[in-house]
Amino acid sequence: MKKRLGLAGATVITLIFVIVSCSKSITGRTDNTLALQPAKTDINAGTWKPILLTSPTEFSVAAPTATTTPDYVAQVNEIKTWQQDITTEEKKIVKYWSAGAVLRWNEILRELVAKHNLPPYQNADGSYPFPSANNPLAYPQFPFANPPYAARAYAYVSVAQYDALVAAHYYKKLYNRAAPYTVDATVNALIPKSDLPSYPSEDAVVIGVSVELLKLLFPGDQDYIQLKAEEHKHARLIAGANVRSDMEAGEALGKAVAQKFVTRARGDRAGAAVGNQALWTQLENDTRAKGEIPWISLEAPKRPPMLPLFGKVKTFLFDSLTAVSLRPGPPPSTNSEQMKKETEEVYELMKNPSRDKIAIVHFWADGVATYTPPGHWNAIAAEDFINKNYSEVRWARNMALLNMSLMDAAIVCWDTKYYYYNPRPSQLNPAIKTVTGLPNFPSYISGHSTFSGAAATILSYLNPEKATSYDAMAKEASLSRMYGCLHYRSDCEAGLVVGKNIGNYAVTRAQTDGAGN
Amino acid sequence: MTTMLSITFLNKRILPVIYFFIPAIALQAQTDMDAIMMNKTQFCSGLMYTHSSWENYWEGNLKRNNQNIGTVTTQSVMYMANYGITGKLNVMIGAPYIWTKASAGTLSGLKGVQDFLVFVKWKPVTETFGKNKLSLFLLGGFSTPITNYVIDFLPMSIGLGSTNFTGRAMIDYQRGKFTVTGSAAYVRRSNVTIDRTSYFDTELRLTNEVKMPDAEQYQLRTGYRGKYLLAEATLSNWTTKGGFDITRNNAPFPNNRMNATMIGAAVKYTLPVHTNLSFLAGANYTVAGRNVGQITEYSGGVFYAFYFNKKAKK
Repeated sequence: MKKRLGLAGATVITLIFVIVSCSKSITGRTDNTLALQPAKTDINAGTWKPILLTSPTEFSVAAPTATTTPDYVAQVNEIKTWQQDITTEEKKIVKYWSAGAVLRWNEILRELVAKHNLPPYQNADGSYPFPSANNPLAYPQFPFANPPYAARAYAYVSVAQYDALVAAHYYKKLYNRAAPYTVDATVNALIPKSDLPSYPSEDAVVIGVSVELLKLLFPGDQDYIQLKAEEHKHARLIAGANVRSDMEAGEALGKAVAQKFVTRARGDRAGAAVGNQALWTQLENDTRAKGEIPWISLEAPKRPPMLPLFGKVKTFLFDSLTAVSLRPGPPPSTNSEQMKKETEEVYELMKNPSRDKIAIVHFWADGVATYTPPGHWNAIAAEDFINKNYSEVRWARNMALLNMSLMDAAIVCWDTKYYYYNPRPSQLNPAIKTVTGLPNFPSYISGHSTFSGAAATILSYLNPEKATSYDAMAKEASLSRMYGCLHYRSDCEAGLVVGKNIGNYAVTRAQTDGAGN
Repeated sequence: MTTMLSITFLNKRILPVIYFFIPAIALQAQTDMDAIMMNKTQFCSGLMYTHSSWENYWEGNLKRNNQNIGTVTTQSVMYMANYGITGKLNVMIGAPYIWTKASAGTLSGLKGVQDFLVFVKWKPVTETFGKNKLSLFLLGGFSTPITNYVIDFLPMSIGLGSTNFTGRAMIDYQRGKFTVTGSAAYVRRSNVTIDRTSYFDTELRLTNEVKMPDAEQYQLRTGYRGKYLLAEATLSNWTTKGGFDITRNNAPFPNNRMNATMIGAAVKYTLPVHTNLSFLAGANYTVAGRNVGQITEYSGGVFYAFYFNKKAKK
């Protein structure tokens, strides 16, 4: 008997070592995304309305050499040589990038945002340092990719990709040079074949745009960005999708278009959005002068409010007067019975949060070290678009519409926040604790609600069969901020309405940009 | 081994009651780390209260405090039970209720029942050389969450949510009432799932699954093992085999590389007039760490033993 029990003990221990040897590797949702195989080439996308470009021919692309020339034949032979001794690693790279250029660069951008979304640690004297674009690697690293910064980054990259791809399609149709696997049947197509002319390469256009804009937006991450760009270019050659001159022309076009966006970004007033001590004090005093309790940072030491002048940044979908007109009416006065009731409502929610509600709060929190709420909506959109078999240019157009909505939502929301400078629930009642981090900026209106209202509106237009679901997601995201005790009900409700109004500008644009749906 | 001694188990929690930042170490109970066995059919159970707090913590290797959380306090009450299948094979179970609180800032504390754990302890070899006695122990442990508690809200979370398998080898040396016990364990930790669909550790992960590095655990304990009183000093270490450092001014995350070295003391006293009843007390202090709070911990408990078989040999 004893012996048998001893054996049992030994068995348990053996079992443990068996379990130890099991694999723990994890798989991302898009790791195994299939190669993009567009349902239609959108060959006429050169006629679609660009956003910043005055016309698709604003930047010229030289005519390609004919496929019968020795130059072209040599380029095809380069592909064949690569394909002869293709490695497992190269096959992996081809598979990764074949899922789509717009998708993968959007993921890279989301990654950079998450990496840089960290509020700086205070100085010894209790003040806070601000990151400097001129010295991005010094602490605090540039940028602090908070939600407004992120919304703007997603918008610039997406819109520039779209404009550059519209131009690329114009030249594709004009020059009509077929893909190498079509010209020479002995070239293996390691990606799905397409009738879309391959000069200039749409992938290279996306690379050119992304690299140039990321130099501006994430200047400290050039090593990583260049590595990705080189890998992507290599993948297209090995895959037999493009010859080198397709890539070079595409990259050059992408870079040229990106420069126009870099110029816009330098002048869009985002660089001054941090403000200064005089402004921060004035915001507080002006609110007091109106008879309202001003927002006060609940961090220790008190941190200056996040990007108080972001509301002045140049919008994409409408002009600055319209932006101001989209600002909602005031929140309930901080002295009113209504505000008291709303604060009480938040307090009651806090007392016994259910596990389900905390899950909702955390699902949508998208706080520190995440890709932010705009990034979350990019993820939602991208994972739905994967199933749509869009062409790259349509991918870019739809991401651009989404991200213009999100950036303009950030602008109008931030304008509203600093116009009213309303305190958070935890300021009016310090007994209110939060189950996620409390953002360091005024309460009214809820950023999550504004972003979500805008995103759900444009996505419902682009992908109507999921409209009900997008609407439900937006409502849940909005309510999550109440469940988390970060916002009053009126912040959330007003935010959703404002977001929806902004999203409708994107819908109007989508209806008239020539892309159809 | 006396009957009384055999109820010394449980000076503290049995196994990984992992609080934030607090690897199981402190927590390490005597039971799975001490060299005490219960006799056949003997059953002992009781409650242990633990108060653990820290103000300073290590962000990677950088020691700092955080005015937005102040001092984080974790308290727990743990039920534990131990049964002697034979004098050489014991099985132990336990489960704690835990609640957390931060003294500053707006972050809400969390509370709830954490992990159920079971340990099998086997003493295959005992050799006596004159006055010296040497014993070998092998232990296998399993723990898993029994409630769907929040994992991804460190440092306020009540646990890390992984299902753990622990394999431990232990050697005990005894000369009279003086003892030295050394143990080494490998903790296999399952991946965990969190409430969000993406996170950044060293790269962006588009999944709710978090890969948890395994851990190793070491303990050296020495002291007095008398008939009624047991008093030992402990040196414990928990080393995570992988994981990443908390980035500057970021919050901790479940798969951080959490390491800690603690010194501590454990005392158990069995009432001579009523040997069914014993009292336990312990303390631990973190002397070195990485991605963990610098915990100071106190605990105390009461246990009651039932002797189902009066003839159980001493």
